Amino acid sequence: MAIGRKEVEHVASLARLALTEDEKKAYEEELRDVITFMDKLEELDTEGIEPTIHVLDMNNVFRKDEIQESLPIDDVLKNAPDSEEGCFVVPSIL
Amino acid sequence: MGKIKATHESLVNKEYSVTELVKTTLDKVKKSSPQLGTYITITEEKALKDAAAIDDKIKKGEPISVLSGIPMGVKDNISTKGIRTTCASKMLENYTPIFDATVMKKLNNESPILIGKCNMDEFAMGSTSETSAFGAVKNPWSTKHVPGGSSGGSAATVAADEVVFSLGTDTGGSIRQPAAFCGIVGMKPTYGTVSRFGVVSYASSLDQVASFTKTVEDCAIVMETISGYDPLESTSVNRPNPSYSNGLGKSIKGLKIGVPTEYFKGDSVVMEKIKAALKVYESLGAIIEDVSIPHAEYALPAYYIIASAEASSNLARFDGVRYGARVEDVEDVTDMMSETRGQFFGKEVKKRIMIGTYALSAGYYDAYYLKALKVRTLLKQDFDKAFEKFDILLTPVAPCLPYTIGEGYKDPVAMYLGDLCTASINLVGIPGLTIPCGFSEGLPIGLQLLGKPFSEKALLNAGAVFEQNTDYHKQSPNMEVL
Repeated sequence: MAIGRKEVEHVASLARLALTEDEKKAYEEELRDVITFMDKLEELDTEGIEPTIHVLDMNNVFRKDEIQESLPIDDVLKNAPDSEEGCFVVPSIL
Repeated sequence: MGKIKATHESLVNKEYSVTELVKTTLDKVKKSSPQLGTYITITEEKALKDAAAIDDKIKKGEPISVLSGIPMGVKDNISTKGIRTTCASKMLENYTPIFDATVMKKLNNESPILIGKCNMDEFAMGSTSETSAFGAVKNPWSTKHVPGGSSGGSAATVAADEVVFSLGTDTGGSIRQPAAFCGIVGMKPTYGTVSRFGVVSYASSLDQVASFTKTVEDCAIVMETISGYDPLESTSVNRPNPSYSNGLGKSIKGLKIGVPTEYFKGDSVVMEKIKAALKVYESLGAIIEDVSIPHAEYALPAYYIIASAEASSNLARFDGVRYGARVEDVEDVTDMMSETRGQFFGKEVKKRIMIGTYALSAGYYDAYYLKALKVRTLLKQDFDKAFEKFDILLTPVAPCLPYTIGEGYKDPVAMYLGDLCTASINLVGIPGLTIPCGFSEGLPIGLQLLGKPFSEKALLNAGAVFEQNTDYHKQSPNMEVL
């Protein structure tokens, strides 16, 4: 599929990335090149092939449902850009 | 003997103290790091304090472990408690983890001395270590060239003899390729061997942590320390941790080495050196034969789809809420997230997030992501088949000599192709060891040894035997020119 300005803007919005006009222009071309490169996979018939998500034979890993000590709130908030009264502060949502 | 044991012996024999060693190391790093760009953060105060504590132990006649007092560097995407961990990104410029990654906890038990956090491609995305928000890393063999990526700082600091060993991460070759470009030893272990807990995720199903060292023995010693089961990490493999360094260098007579023909495309000088290495193995009694990996040519598109898809998901956590940078003066939360991510992520990171988001988006999931996972199965079957016949596969690491600075990014797709020999290995999860095998135009060339899952010991042995019969690992760049 051809990548145009509309697709770049749509993908950037899904990815929550604010792009400048120059970036949009550059990504149009670069994404087109990379997607064309990836389209090579179309050559292969993969009908009936199982996908490999993890190379190891992975099963769900469970631990016992035991109460453990939580991280101290001060530590959790140490790297927060903004916090107040033990909570993360963000701009208004509604 | 490797550098770790030699340094350890010097310390216990009191030829010099840990403090003296650390002061010399810091002087060296302070002199060469500004030119090479090897470090983002230098942990001088802590290094000297830790050195004094080990000197006390030595003075009291207490035994110290082989890694005690050995200077090391750590890639800046591995969490270090109380020491900022930036991932070479403006997004995490002021981020200081409140916990240690499991590999750091394991290392801290053996008390090597952390000299600093090594420069890298931003969020480990790149093949040249040029995408760091803190400036590019340069190759100690020639500062006009890149050290490889993404663990370029970790590789360059070992090659430049700034530290004895370092840690890096390898998602598509980010340890093996910079090791080759810098003329040192680097290994990506079998997926799940080393815990990823506390390592800032790029592509979770591909990432592995491991080391850069000057010799294979040193690689084995570091591996022994950092590998092993970790209940905090769901993809950690629960199996006994072998002694990697015991009995290295035993005969390889009768070892069956397969040569995957699909990976021998590229610079003729590089290919000649790899073929010369095969001759060395042949002369030592190995049996060399060609083998085919029919789906090799599809590995890279599959790799870039899977890696980018996982990256787009993993990097969603950088939204300016809980940690990292945040823009000011925005109307609402969505704007805050978009503007923060747009402003503080670099170009390559944004590009891969875009590619990954595209590949996972409605309408394209089956055509790209699911298709890539199926191709991964075909590639795995190719390798399984090859290992029915061969003990080890031998390939180049990169199809070319180190790129000159700026060269790769002029043609990004061509640069992605440079990852052919390494990225395939992450897709199938097997171990890969890089060792130096020659030079051209003063720049190092590395070979790659591949084995079945959990065959690290056999790979390290084959690497050690090559080392015993060559002297490429003994050569160092001329740091006087800096």
